[in-house]
Amino acid sequence: MEGFRYLDGVATLELDADRCVGCGLCETVCPHGVLAVSEGKARITDRDACMECGACARNCPVEALSVSAGVGCAGAIIKSWITGAPPTCGCEGGGGC
Amino acid sequence: MTETNPCCAPAPPGNPLPMAETCCPPPSSTALAMAEPCCGPDRAAEPCCGSASEAVGPRWADRERPGYRIWPFVEDWIETPVGDVPVVSPRLGRADVLGRWAMRWGIGRDRYRIAPGLYAVGRPTADSPVVVTANYKMTFDLVRKDLGGVDAWILVLETLGINVWCAAGKGTFGTDELAARVQKVGLDRVVSHRTLVVPQLGATGVAAHEVRRRCGFRVVYGPVRSRDLAAFLGAGMKASPNMRRVTFSLWERLVLTPVELRVILMRPSLVLAAVLLMLGGIGPGGYSLAGALVRGGAAVGALAAGVLAGAVAAPALLPWLPGRMFAVKGLWTGLGAAIVLGARFGARLDGWGLMALVLAVTAASSYCAMNFTGSTPFTSPSGVEREMRRALPWQIGAAGLALVAWMVSAWSL
Ligand code: SF4
Ligand code: SF4
Repeated sequence: MEGFRYLDGVATLELDADRCVGCGLCETVCPHGVLAVSEGKARITDRDACMECGACARNCPVEALSVSAGVGCAGAIIKSWITGAPPTCGCEGGGGC
Repeated sequence: MTETNPCCAPAPPGNPLPMAETCCPPPSSTALAMAEPCCGPDRAAEPCCGSASEAVGPRWADRERPGYRIWPFVEDWIETPVGDVPVVSPRLGRADVLGRWAMRWGIGRDRYRIAPGLYAVGRPTADSPVVVTANYKMTFDLVRKDLGGVDAWILVLETLGINVWCAAGKGTFGTDELAARVQKVGLDRVVSHRTLVVPQLGATGVAAHEVRRRCGFRVVYGPVRSRDLAAFLGAGMKASPNMRRVTFSLWERLVLTPVELRVILMRPSLVLAAVLLMLGGIGPGGYSLAGALVRGGAAVGALAAGVLAGAVAAPALLPWLPGRMFAVKGLWTGLGAAIVLGARFGARLDGWGLMALVLAVTAASSYCAMNFTGSTPFTSPSGVEREMRRALPWQIGAAGLALVAWMVSAWSL
């Protein structure tokens, strides 16, 4: 995704390296190469590239990763500001994904 | 249709849509399958049951059932321990391609789903791989095409006609549905191995270790794009690093813009346009209908330009526009559109009118570009929220100023 960077310093991704058992699944599922496993431990190599999709945290067998995952669509966020409910996206777009 | 046709009685007058049963012999078997009644509504144009072997392929002559229709992409059936499984074509037909474009433009997109369950491509055996996908027909079409003639099983999950990425975000493409679907179709009796190939973008909803615990199948994450599926399977289920990364090419961005426009052009925008047309009539001489048309029309046109700049131009030019925030990227395309409009119509405007034009077009463009964050595969929700908190006050302020300037300009002409 060279050429596509979003805002820095906002991603909520956290890794608890003590828990990590180095299975490597987080590295596999991340679509932005945010995580890398070396010497039996995962590392966050590029936190600002994280899109908070939550795939890594969901697939970590020992819950070493946490991220507040959700949808990044403006309409949903406005609605959640008004209603106080968590944003849910109609996800109308994304035919290509 | 001739008199000698043994199958078709002439349509009774006043009944242009005869039931299949009045015209065709009942299915020879009660097999639970889907079939299209051989008599379409258009009896005159298409000889009804003219050649039974053509209208009802011999392969599914004993599978038809009143009220069901077989998808044209089903080519054959394959016998398995859990019953007959449809074999689907690895090619896309004209109807598939047309349907695809209709979907892009948002025509009937809510009904574009196929039945969940097990399908086959080629002649898969008990050793063939199982590829998991969503029941959005466009996704399914891509998978059967991109498998490129590999013999495989396709396990289609119920995602309510939504693609893998979006459904995984919502959780419909998820651990629960996957484990339940594996059990429901009896996959363990169809294949001898215990491996499922799940698209990587489904990982947001699927927990591999949970799936294994619940149904005994191991999840292997396949490539992000279906077009890499054949290469992935050919390499012994190994993905190269670039198969694991999402991309967002010009084409990928452009195909999203029609839907983007459709979403923006929903009711609130129409109400806004109507309000502008009404306000346009207010001027120094009281209310005038001509003013409403000219000034209101100009305002609606400016907004439309802003929408195009933000929802089409900004996504297309995304990587080249300065700024990380989409609202800023939309600001540039909006300014561009305002300059073009100003050069073309500026002579007819005074300072207030020009100010209204620039502010309105940029605010609309910036807002629409910001909405595009929801369609990209790299914007984090935390980032979008941060951006909105910063940009919305400016966008609203600019729109408000534009409205004031526009009203004032009615008096200064
Ligand atoms: S949340 Fe998604 S983008 Fe972020 S590190 Fe995890 S898998 Fe990668
Ligand atoms: S998925 Fe969890 S345990 Fe496995 S490498 Fe990543 S952080 Fe470590």
